[in-house]
Amino acid sequence: MKSNLYLTLALLVVSFSSCISQENPPLIETPEQTKYGTETIVDGIEVPWGMTFLSEKELLVTEKKGVLYRVSNGNKTEVGGLPEIYKRGQGGLLDVAVHPDFKSNNLIYMTLSSHIEGDKGGNTSLYQAKLNANTLEDVKLLYKATPNTTKGQHWGSRIVFDNDGHLFFSIGDRGNRDVNPQDLKRDGGKIYRLNLDGSIPSDNPFINADGAKKAVFSYGHRNPQGMTVHPKTGEIWENEHGPKGGDEINIIQKGKNYGWPVITYGINYSGTPITDERSRPGMEQPFYYWVPSIAPSGMAFSSSKIYKKWKGDLFVGSLKFKYLEHLVIKKGKVVKREKILNEIGRIRNVKEGPDGYLYIGVEGKGILKVIQK
Amino acid sequence: MKLISLIFGLFLFLKISWLHQNKPLQESIADGGEIYQDFCVQCHLESGEGVSGVFPPLANSDYLLNNIDLSIKGIKYGLSGPIEVNGETYDGVMQNQGLEEEEIADVMNYILNNWNNSSEQIITPQRVSQIQE
Repeated sequence: MKSNLYLTLALLVVSFSSCISQENPPLIETPEQTKYGTETIVDGIEVPWGMTFLSEKELLVTEKKGVLYRVSNGNKTEVGGLPEIYKRGQGGLLDVAVHPDFKSNNLIYMTLSSHIEGDKGGNTSLYQAKLNANTLEDVKLLYKATPNTTKGQHWGSRIVFDNDGHLFFSIGDRGNRDVNPQDLKRDGGKIYRLNLDGSIPSDNPFINADGAKKAVFSYGHRNPQGMTVHPKTGEIWENEHGPKGGDEINIIQKGKNYGWPVITYGINYSGTPITDERSRPGMEQPFYYWVPSIAPSGMAFSSSKIYKKWKGDLFVGSLKFKYLEHLVIKKGKVVKREKILNEIGRIRNVKEGPDGYLYIGVEGKGILKVIQK
Repeated sequence: MKLISLIFGLFLFLKISWLHQNKPLQESIADGGEIYQDFCVQCHLESGEGVSGVFPPLANSDYLLNNIDLSIKGIKYGLSGPIEVNGETYDGVMQNQGLEEEEIADVMNYILNNWNNSSEQIITPQRVSQIQE
């Protein structure tokens, strides 16, 4: 009888602790928030989706609904000459990035939602253009995902460059998870790699695969909205929106399959399961996954000495919980997570500027510089 | 006689074009449910409950049920706070989702007739088209 009681108690303790440990460790900490603050760089932007620095003093910022701003000294000026943008759901004007040799060629890249062919709907496209003062010239379409769809979700998108003359950009599964992400012959749910002129590198992983989209670098993604290059290793790091409880950080490797929707730690928004498979041979495990989902937007490493104790750490914006997440990584593992700038607003983007400071794009506000006090 | 058949013909034409433009309410609600799952559910959630203080509720929402035209306007052109919903202030931004007028009518019929919401009004694409920014 007594042993039965102990057993019941033990079971209770076990089930209780499994309840409270539903958050995927390490558990988020909330340090004293008076240690952090922000300075406004530019305000009055509804959804500051992308940003890129022209110099230490100037940057370009995209407003999702279809405006590109050139920002200097806190003033924003609209840049003219944008290609036509198909505004639907989560789509619009997405990321913007300056060419690695921008200082000599004035080239920029943009990802956006477009409807440029006859069929209904739209899909994500990548453009290159020359920035001449406040106007875009020589606007060139480098990539357009097909087919168009009227679905509103999962367009991606981020643009980054490695150190070997490649451009990477992401496209989400476009609301068609059972068809797009695992099929190399279809766009969507992929990270793409191009040369800087838009041509396809001859050593892309699926260049010889029959019928495959030759620009694909990795696949099995849901909706990657954060991408950055590790300052030391040069690896491409990515975060993507999962379903409920399946947001992920991945280190992107050539030709790899990241598993969506065959394996996932998440469930449907409605609470019903997608699959009970968490792993499968030939599919990559995430570097880290968030339970509960934080709705990760942009990501950046802090590589400068500007901040105390942050060098080498990763920063990810949370749209859902409205804070900047600081992740400490040791020996290939996330060992600490904490909330910085709690309740700042829906963070859309995080970048490290050429001056070494971190900059965030906050919905309904604009671009803010992160400071330690 | 000619006049009568002309009037009859006109009546028939109007009737057919009305039937052509407006699908039955149940079909509109069903189509609206698909639009809801695609464009709205991430913020307003599965049961229209929203997130207190961040995304306003649609279920039993006084703002929605008392301001149908303003709600259509919000979906059509976007809505920036502050607005008060069930005694709570929401100061966020909902961007226009790029929906067509028929899709807006469908999703309005869905949210007006779901989660214990009910409305005497059937929203038509014509009504959506009349709402100006």
